[in-house]
Amino acid sequence: MTIDIRASLDHCVKCTICETHCPVSAATPLFPGPKYVGPQAERFRSEEASVDDSLDYCSGCGICSQVCPQGVKIAEINSRARARMKAQRGVPLRDRVIARPSVSARLATPVAPLANAALANPVLRCLVEAVMGVHRKAPLPRFTSRPFQTRQRQRSAADSFRAKSAKVVYFHGCGVNFFEPRLGEMAVAVLERNGFEVIVPPQDCCGLPLQSNGLFSEARTYVRRLASNLAPYARAGLPIVSTSTSCSLMLKREAHEILGEDSEELAVVSEQMFDICELLADLLGRGELDRRFGEVSLTVPYHAPCQQRGHGIGSPALDLLELIPGLEVVEQEAQCCGIAGTYGLKKEKYDIAMAVGRPLFESISELGASIAACDSETCRWQIAHATGVPVVHPIELLHRAYVGEQ
Amino acid sequence: MKTIEAEVLVIGGGATGAGVLRDVCMRGYGGLLVERSDLATGTSGRFHGLLHSGGRYAVKDPSSAKECMDENRVLRRIAADCIEDTSGYFVTTEKDDPSYSDLFVDGCRRAGIPVEEISVSAALNAEPRLSPRISRVLQVPDAAIDAWKTVWGCVRSASDHGGRALPYHKVTGILREGDIVVGAVVEDRAGDEVRIRAGFTINASGAWAAQIAALAGCGGFTILPGRGIMIAMGHRLVDTVINRCQMPTDGDILVPIRTVSVIGTTDEEASDPDDLRILQDEVDRMLADGETLVPGFRQVRALRVWAGVRPLFKDEKAESSSTREVSRSHRLLDHHDRDGVEGFITITGGKFTTFRRMAQDSVDIMGAQLKDERACHTHEEALPDSEERTYYKLGSRLAAREERLHDEQIICECELIGRRALENAMQRRGSSDLDDIRRTLRLGMGPCQGGFCIYRSAGILHSLQRIDAASATASLRDFLQERWKGLHPILYGDGLRQARLDDWIFQGLLNVEQLQS
Ligand SMILES: Cc1cc2nc3c(=O)[nH]c(=O)nc-3n(C[C@H](O)[C@H](O)[C@H](O)COP(=O)(O)OP(=O)(O)OC[C@H]3O[C@@H](n4cnc5c(N)ncnc54)[C@H](O)[C@@H]3O)c2cc1C
Repeated sequence: MTIDIRASLDHCVKCTICETHCPVSAATPLFPGPKYVGPQAERFRSEEASVDDSLDYCSGCGICSQVCPQGVKIAEINSRARARMKAQRGVPLRDRVIARPSVSARLATPVAPLANAALANPVLRCLVEAVMGVHRKAPLPRFTSRPFQTRQRQRSAADSFRAKSAKVVYFHGCGVNFFEPRLGEMAVAVLERNGFEVIVPPQDCCGLPLQSNGLFSEARTYVRRLASNLAPYARAGLPIVSTSTSCSLMLKREAHEILGEDSEELAVVSEQMFDICELLADLLGRGELDRRFGEVSLTVPYHAPCQQRGHGIGSPALDLLELIPGLEVVEQEAQCCGIAGTYGLKKEKYDIAMAVGRPLFESISELGASIAACDSETCRWQIAHATGVPVVHPIELLHRAYVGEQ
Repeated sequence: MKTIEAEVLVIGGGATGAGVLRDVCMRGYGGLLVERSDLATGTSGRFHGLLHSGGRYAVKDPSSAKECMDENRVLRRIAADCIEDTSGYFVTTEKDDPSYSDLFVDGCRRAGIPVEEISVSAALNAEPRLSPRISRVLQVPDAAIDAWKTVWGCVRSASDHGGRALPYHKVTGILREGDIVVGAVVEDRAGDEVRIRAGFTINASGAWAAQIAALAGCGGFTILPGRGIMIAMGHRLVDTVINRCQMPTDGDILVPIRTVSVIGTTDEEASDPDDLRILQDEVDRMLADGETLVPGFRQVRALRVWAGVRPLFKDEKAESSSTREVSRSHRLLDHHDRDGVEGFITITGGKFTTFRRMAQDSVDIMGAQLKDERACHTHEEALPDSEERTYYKLGSRLAAREERLHDEQIICECELIGRRALENAMQRRGSSDLDDIRRTLRLGMGPCQGGFCIYRSAGILHSLQRIDAASATASLRDFLQERWKGLHPILYGDGLRQARLDDWIFQGLLNVEQLQS
């Protein structure tokens, strides 16, 4: 598989479509662009020491691969080249820390109020920037003192939905577990409302942040562990749904394509992995979605994050949200919010990430909406940080509509 | 008619001629080289790119094997910047007789070629695209060598020692006074004749050597051109030279050189050294052979196919002891002994790898004839840019580009040539021929085959040299014509798609066919 990625450079006809779509090279001259860094530079790379530092300015948003009409796996080529460079040069402590959200979260959860206060303290943040290289203004999420897993365990049987016709496995990811447990609860409620029994197996990080920071072998450890946790359910034919669009993409495709993982466990999990909106839109298509929605009178800008587009599943969130009476959804044309997982947290990249997202931020601000929607957690945090508008997962709007109906 | 004087005239601007020029100049003679086209456009610019370790000849031709290894060592010392130290594997594929590999190891040991067995898994680890069906891997010090850099390096070194090379000067006659050759008549690019008077003339015209010798009235031998094709694939499939471990045959070597991988070669008897046709059947065979070494080879983009001719020497005077078999692989003809003609020798055959040795042998013979024996120093002094003795690296252009990312326009995106390098080369070459610039910089030699850089370059050429638009157009058109020759036999897959896009650019957008020139 990793051979195929490199070999795809042969398809490049130099049309430059990727360069015209790259949000990063449009925002900074520090990144020479996907065609240059991808199919062109790759021809000059070997196992020898990496020579092109500019490669590190690729945010990994993956838009280039999506728009390439010839099928060059540009972002994947870059990702692998960066991992090789990191392996040769060493990875800064900062990247090692931000690439392991579940580790830092486990440390912070018991002292969540304290940790949140600390991270909200501008003086401390300056210190963190100086010592760690995490930009003082970068959007960091707030820790919860009651992680989603804990909440699920403590949920009384009576709370659970009874008409358990079909089972579904919920892969919530670190974001829901440690930062947005309410989203997890709403996702479970929405699934239950549609007749599913929701199973929440123990789970850890999928390894995506490690992968995007070039820590491939560590990423493999995580993704293998997660795949083997989920594989028994997948083998039993249960769908696995996720509210984290980037983590589900990791399991669907990236771990295989970029890390070269080709275990049977991962393959079967990939087969059964669905974005939550994808699964619900599928129900809708079959006429099985519960459409008894209450009114939600709101105008909501919706941003489909790059990773969501990477799924190649269309815009299921839009298909669902348009069912809600009173809700006016304004699809955003701007490509990327800039954060690209952990990219925009870094001191040297924060400004670039903010510049990348500017068209999106301006468009959302101009709308004057009280709330915005987006499928990816880090993108939500970035957009909220830049615009001051709270950003929710589309599931939260569905949940509201269901609750309003009751 | 203009007349130029030279102590020693060298005919042929391939590796051998350039090596001879350098050698004579380093021994203190005034040397002048003439080449009918640009330097290294004969066999030397059309070869496979392999600096032989000698492994290929270890069983079949032990003396050539030893000679290659000796020269391999010398060139690594004096021409490091022209060489990429790729190393080489001899692999036993499922199609090869496994017993050959033991003979191979013996042969290498006898020829002094360091050979080391490595495990199949280690080889596959280092070269993941290599066929997993190989059963044995032997490693030898093969390397990749850049023809143009080497030939130009020799000429630059020669000019440091007072020598000179005249490209685009074609020999049309040899001047004789009685039994003595005293120079040649050449025709320059404009078609004007120039007389060159020389004290000694060395014919280093490779596959054309019999033609030149005939002009001097020296016959008795023929050169049968053996044509071989090579196909450059779009990127590096391997970083090590891969040879099939078997008796040398067709399509058994894959050479990673610069940004491409070259599969070769064939051997078809031709009647004329200028017959460079490419047969579809040869292309098919090469791709099939590539598949044996690298599964999926046919899916890789083929960039370009070309042919070169090896001089197959046939001596009608074979019985006479006068043909000096200095080596089994190259021929040095002392026309004084053979034909009673003084002041004239012919050197032909051999390999690119052994060009320096061939030059040394030639100039030794010249010294003997002139009774003026001077010592050779070509193995001691490094070529220009190779003084540091560091090998060329694949990533060096990328590294250089990284330095200038923000302040220099890039012209050739595939080969990463910036505007400054291009302008410098154009000034230095003083040529309005874009194909000359191509050879100097590898301009337009990447995947798009000039599709995006050649119109840019034509514009820059126009603005720099102040040639008129019509000449710039002509140069552009010539370049495209030349590229097309190497493209049309391999138009399929990604290459075809690129060719269509390039065609739209040049015909649809720029209308080059109708432009005035
Ligand atoms: C297909 C193929 C692959 C090969 N691969 C390898 C390899 O990988 N490694 C290796 O070591 N060797 C290789 N060889 C052998 C090697 O390329 C040649 O031995 C070597 O390049 C010969 O160099 P040369 O200078 O003698 O001849 P050439 O390079 O042919 O030079 C002779 C020159 O004379 C010029 N000339 C002809 N007529 C006239 C005239 N009338 N006036 C002026 N000039 C004239 C020609 O234009 C030409 O440039 C290969 C050969 C072939 C055919």
